[in-house]
Amino acid sequence: MLIRNPADIPPSEITSEQTFLNRRSVIRALGLGAAGSLLPVSGRADEAPVVEEPLTPESIVTGFNNFYEFGTNKGDPARYAHRLTTSPWKVRISGEAENTGEFDFEDVVRGFTPEERIYRFRCVEAWSMVVPWLGIPLSQVLTRFKPTSQAKFVEFTTLYRPAEMPGQKAIFSSIDWPYVEGLRMDEAMHPLTLMATGVYGKALPNQNGAPWRLVVPWKYGFKSIKSIVGIRFSRSQPVNTWHRIAPGEYGFYANVNPDVSHPRWSQARERRLPSTLAEPNWRATQPFNGYAAEVAQLYTSMDLARYY
Amino acid sequence: MQQRSRSFTRAWISPVITDRTQKSLLFVALATPFALLAYDIAGEIAVPGSRLGADPATAVVRELGSWAIRLLLATLAVSTVRRRLHLPRVMRFRRMIGLAAFCYACAHFLAYLWLLAGWDPGVVVSDLTERPYIVVGFSALVLLVPLAVTSTKGWRRRLGRRWLKLHRLVYVAMGLVLLHEFWLTKDGYAEPLLYLVIAAMLLMERLLADRWPLRRAV
Repeated sequence: MLIRNPADIPPSEITSEQTFLNRRSVIRALGLGAAGSLLPVSGRADEAPVVEEPLTPESIVTGFNNFYEFGTNKGDPARYAHRLTTSPWKVRISGEAENTGEFDFEDVVRGFTPEERIYRFRCVEAWSMVVPWLGIPLSQVLTRFKPTSQAKFVEFTTLYRPAEMPGQKAIFSSIDWPYVEGLRMDEAMHPLTLMATGVYGKALPNQNGAPWRLVVPWKYGFKSIKSIVGIRFSRSQPVNTWHRIAPGEYGFYANVNPDVSHPRWSQARERRLPSTLAEPNWRATQPFNGYAAEVAQLYTSMDLARYY
Repeated sequence: MQQRSRSFTRAWISPVITDRTQKSLLFVALATPFALLAYDIAGEIAVPGSRLGADPATAVVRELGSWAIRLLLATLAVSTVRRRLHLPRVMRFRRMIGLAAFCYACAHFLAYLWLLAGWDPGVVVSDLTERPYIVVGFSALVLLVPLAVTSTKGWRRRLGRRWLKLHRLVYVAMGLVLLHEFWLTKDGYAEPLLYLVIAAMLLMERLLADRWPLRRAV
């Protein structure tokens, strides 16, 4: 059944929330678990690997951000993001899917109960955090829009609103707004991939990408695009913003990889925040940010030094 | 040129504060950014996160580097000020400003070794061979060493005309420093562009001064 006007019939009216959320238990109960290769995999918290490392304090998670829409200093987002209005928030779904159009953010996430995921977060600048996100597995969100078999990639777009985002008015910036990121479909449907709507038990603060942002824990932080207003299912690989600016420095995949150095930063190790002058808290960077057991099979036939 | 500026200096004696006092005041001014940063570092070590943000290592290294650039530009500005504002006396302060720039550059490098490289020779070697912006920044620092060493009156006398030639290396160092700054900037080019514009103006002024010498004819 094609839904051409989602504003009239939100998905939640066709499938009850409970049925939608329980669909995997139904599949499992039917002994069809193996069909998972065709279906988005369940993202239940008990399947996510447990991070034993101490959490990065909330003040750092919400006060030390790369969100160039608000300025290039790490403190700028926390300083200026209060100007951003996140309600109403529209999300435009387009491309290779049956259920496309403009949706209210509330309708898109209605019926989902955000679950807590504690993930390592590794920035390409060689610092890292451990963050308790609240979110919805991206696969569950994307399934609502019924991507077709033509959908090979997903492209995400951040809000462009210079009136509320001073960084977008910066004269000496090389960024061609709006910010764009993308994932391969199998990466997007991976159970670790999260659409975060909160952090530290609260709604996502604006500086962290309210009302929702991507979190891909095995990739460098710039993949985890914030304040998303557009999701496009595409046949071809999207051109992500940092790749467009400096293709020799930032790839499309951006998997955390200690063996492939960025020209400016060695990626062999990272400073885990909080990093203090007395105790810099260096640690060795893990392949796929420590999630190799979960995600390495996505890239088995790829030369990761070439597809960085 | 030096002869001339000395004679100007003699002719223009400050009636209020002595030369020594002026130099002392300048020293205090030049040391102030370092003192403030040292205060922040002490506070940061006592109470982590209190003064230098979530990534204090980068903050310290960047702050010292920024002051090295600013003071290098200030050093280059001294002769321009002398020519354009007809203040021959300022030349006597140039050595101190230049040495301060060199000290901030050294502190910047030491802070990098301590805070970003963690005194790990492997990290330093890979940075100095693989990261172009670090290679460029380090080259600039190396170029400044002979200039700092030969900045004394004795060396200046001994080298004679060659002293001026040698100290033209400062322009090469300035160029490398600007490249270093641009290369390490991910985005937000306002500050490096400002430094570039100032450096370009100082250079332009010199070219114009060569063509239309303002004070030399006097």
